[in-house]
Amino acid sequence: MGDLDPTYPQKGARMSSMSLNVNGKTTQINKSPETPLLWVIRDELKLTGTKFGCGMAQCGACTVHVDGKPTRSCVTPVSAVVDKKITTIEGLSSTGEHKLQKAWIAEQVPQCGYCQSGQIMQAAALLDKKKNPSREEIVAHMDGNICRCGTYQRIIKAIQRAAKEA
Amino acid sequence: MTNSQHTTDMKRRTFLASASGLTFSLALGGTGLLGQAAQANESEFKVNAWITIGTDDIITLVVPVAEMGQGTLTALPLILAEELDADWAKVKSEFAPPNPKVYGNPHPLLNGGQASLASVAVAGYFKPLRILGAQARLVLVQAVASKWNVPANELTTDQGYVIHAKSKQRISYGEVAKFATLPAELPKISDGDLKKPEQFKLIGRTDIGRTDVKSKTNGTAQFGIDVNVPDMVYATILEAPMEGAKAENVNNDEAMAIPGISRIIPLPFGVAVIGDSVHATRLARNVLKQKVTWNTTGAIAATFDSEKAKKEYADKGIDPNAKTMETFKRGDSNTAMVNAKQTLEATYWTEHCYHAQLEPMNCIARIGADGQSAEIWTGSQFAFLGTVAASGILKTTPDKIKVHQQLLGGGYGRRIAPDTIAQAVVLANITKQTVKLLLTREDDMAAARPRPMTHHVMRAGLDDAGNLIGWRHRLVAENVDAIASPPRFQATGGKDYIGWNGLDLPHYNIANATAEAVREIRGMRVHAFRGIGAGHNKFAVECFLDEVAQAKKIDPLTLRLQLTQHDARANSVLQEVAKMSDWKRKRNGRGLGIAFSDYHGSLSAGVVEVSLNRQTGKIKVHQMWLAVDPGLAIQPTNVLAQLEGAAVFGLSVALLEELTIKNGAVVQSNFHDYPVLRMSDMPEIHTKIVKSDAPPTGMGEVGVLPVAPAIANAIFQLTGKRLRSLPMSPERVKKALA
Repeated sequence: MGDLDPTYPQKGARMSSMSLNVNGKTTQINKSPETPLLWVIRDELKLTGTKFGCGMAQCGACTVHVDGKPTRSCVTPVSAVVDKKITTIEGLSSTGEHKLQKAWIAEQVPQCGYCQSGQIMQAAALLDKKKNPSREEIVAHMDGNICRCGTYQRIIKAIQRAAKEA
Repeated sequence: MTNSQHTTDMKRRTFLASASGLTFSLALGGTGLLGQAAQANESEFKVNAWITIGTDDIITLVVPVAEMGQGTLTALPLILAEELDADWAKVKSEFAPPNPKVYGNPHPLLNGGQASLASVAVAGYFKPLRILGAQARLVLVQAVASKWNVPANELTTDQGYVIHAKSKQRISYGEVAKFATLPAELPKISDGDLKKPEQFKLIGRTDIGRTDVKSKTNGTAQFGIDVNVPDMVYATILEAPMEGAKAENVNNDEAMAIPGISRIIPLPFGVAVIGDSVHATRLARNVLKQKVTWNTTGAIAATFDSEKAKKEYADKGIDPNAKTMETFKRGDSNTAMVNAKQTLEATYWTEHCYHAQLEPMNCIARIGADGQSAEIWTGSQFAFLGTVAASGILKTTPDKIKVHQQLLGGGYGRRIAPDTIAQAVVLANITKQTVKLLLTREDDMAAARPRPMTHHVMRAGLDDAGNLIGWRHRLVAENVDAIASPPRFQATGGKDYIGWNGLDLPHYNIANATAEAVREIRGMRVHAFRGIGAGHNKFAVECFLDEVAQAKKIDPLTLRLQLTQHDARANSVLQEVAKMSDWKRKRNGRGLGIAFSDYHGSLSAGVVEVSLNRQTGKIKVHQMWLAVDPGLAIQPTNVLAQLEGAAVFGLSVALLEELTIKNGAVVQSNFHDYPVLRMSDMPEIHTKIVKSDAPPTGMGEVGVLPVAPAIANAIFQLTGKRLRSLPMSPERVKKALA
């Protein structure tokens, strides 16, 4: 596994000015088009709730919504999301009281907490399309998100709780 | 209660100056575990507050350890607040600076060192924090007594108020802080002055959650990787594939041509890339990967191949002339084995494992204008060791290194080593810039500090009546202390506190038992790993005990109950898990397995229910029951969460995890070839706390330990075949079944 960025090589890639819609706000950025969305979100927009874990769409820590779809921002070139609606954990709810966030607290899900933004964003996309997912549907939908602290059982319970409260 | 320092939206709140309140200070630590390095500069350590009671009623409690998911950021303040009778809603917490003299952990394992490891924070700080809380409370009470001119024994306290019931007066702690003065010496507190468990108002409550949870659901929790400081440059390091390997023939041209890259610096530990964005440094690192050759002359690991070494380890396991160190001894196992009517022997194996903390290693470093001081932003399990390393680089003293402790995106032992701190300081010192170093996952894995590969030779002897009269355990492995804790290794004449943990059998009544270790030197950077030595040693112990039960033709639970008959706590944990799992009930097409473990005073027992796909060799764990006795449960909800999480960690290690080493280098590079457990492999987990009067002990490790042996034992019940090697991957299972 030598290539960790599928977009390499882009020697001399030009900077280009792009307009990004993140959490309802439009921002102009000037980046080379292949820059992964993750680093734009974290280092340009300073929205650090979205995390870096693997850089190859294996762990899900970097999950954001692009037009409502859960997307691994670490392998998504920023140029691919121009004119789309991007939502990060900071924009999931203006008050931080999305039903999943409340359920996450009620079930005391996080331990180290590093993966949890990605977990919640992944779960939110499920509840958006499916009101009452079965355990099997939850597991299938969440299987790409790693939690090294082992909070999976509480994640399942929290999603079920949020689904019930919806 | 809130944490003020580690959320992005709240970090601008100012810390209460001690002038606006009452600050209780105390030097708790000592000279153990590098504490002596601090001693030389004692006069420089002025900040030693533990409790500050603000005149605005806000009470700030200092937390001496890191928060990596274990929950001590809540548990330790809760202990202090309990004896202080503080209003929990008005308690805030702050991370302590690295200063072992003041904040060191008196637990015998740390002996006054300040580090977050081995699950000893609650165990070590419990008593001193209670005393400190009680002292602070008494100072407030006495101040009110003299102010109101009433006997102190007529005053009570509750939720941040001093109360005089007779005159129906009450005054808040913040008001008291306006006039109270600290006595020259804090009042003496005896055990009898501390609360009885039935008087607890905070400890043991299930409705008090962890204080860091909310910030971990809305993106505001700040980890080391999230810190931004002005004028920083980004760096990454193409890590040397092993200790002692040096980059040579570094062809920079292509990497330097990547926009944003400013410097490429070959260093003894790898090749550093400096640039204006993470993306640029990652691209350059990728290019360099193909453009560097490594000179491994002098690297001990260069000839090490984990697969080929297996035979050599096995030979050492049976070599009567191998150099061994006795790690524990009870009775005379040699004579017992000679006298035994029947002897058993089996060998066990575990592989190198990688911590796989989800936040890759990172650190920001800025060197002071004098060149002899630095500021560091990182999440570290052993920040003080980081200051020692950094001060060595800058030829200064540890007190000149200021650490801004951040939340840790997983630790599990990986963030004990100061390697990343040292690398960031080296880069900041060379570039004279503020450097944010962030490793790629690939380099994080290449620079792994793994759990060692281990080989175990187990022997047991039974007498005429089938009693277990002799036990011998030989461990063949690299010595973790030699790498991870050289001063202790030297001081103990070569003992391995970390790697040998779990070899002794304090709860089993076996009259003659010995464990011994053969030290391998292979050049791997072996390190503490969640579960510590017990993580590998209990696999061998608990599986082999099942073999003894098989030889005795008795139920594995019955054997363990017999061996713990004298030990009420251990016996109760076993009985509880048997009840939870309905142990006696046979399941169609499924196997049940049991295992027990101790860890630094905590006890756990686990039962798993498994099935097996004989075509693929894949084990499916359906149910897992775990009972734990952690002594007094400070936060029962978190005790159960830790038990659950540790069990999942144990499950991952048991079924999946293996780092292979070829020519000294880690073969795997990311989660595609080093899989960790995902949700689809989750069993249903059932947990329970067994009540105990014992003082509190740790919860980080003890849940890991019974899982792997319980699974292997369950597979035996199901198939009649023993799995004696971790991980129990499909490939190995098929081989064992063949």
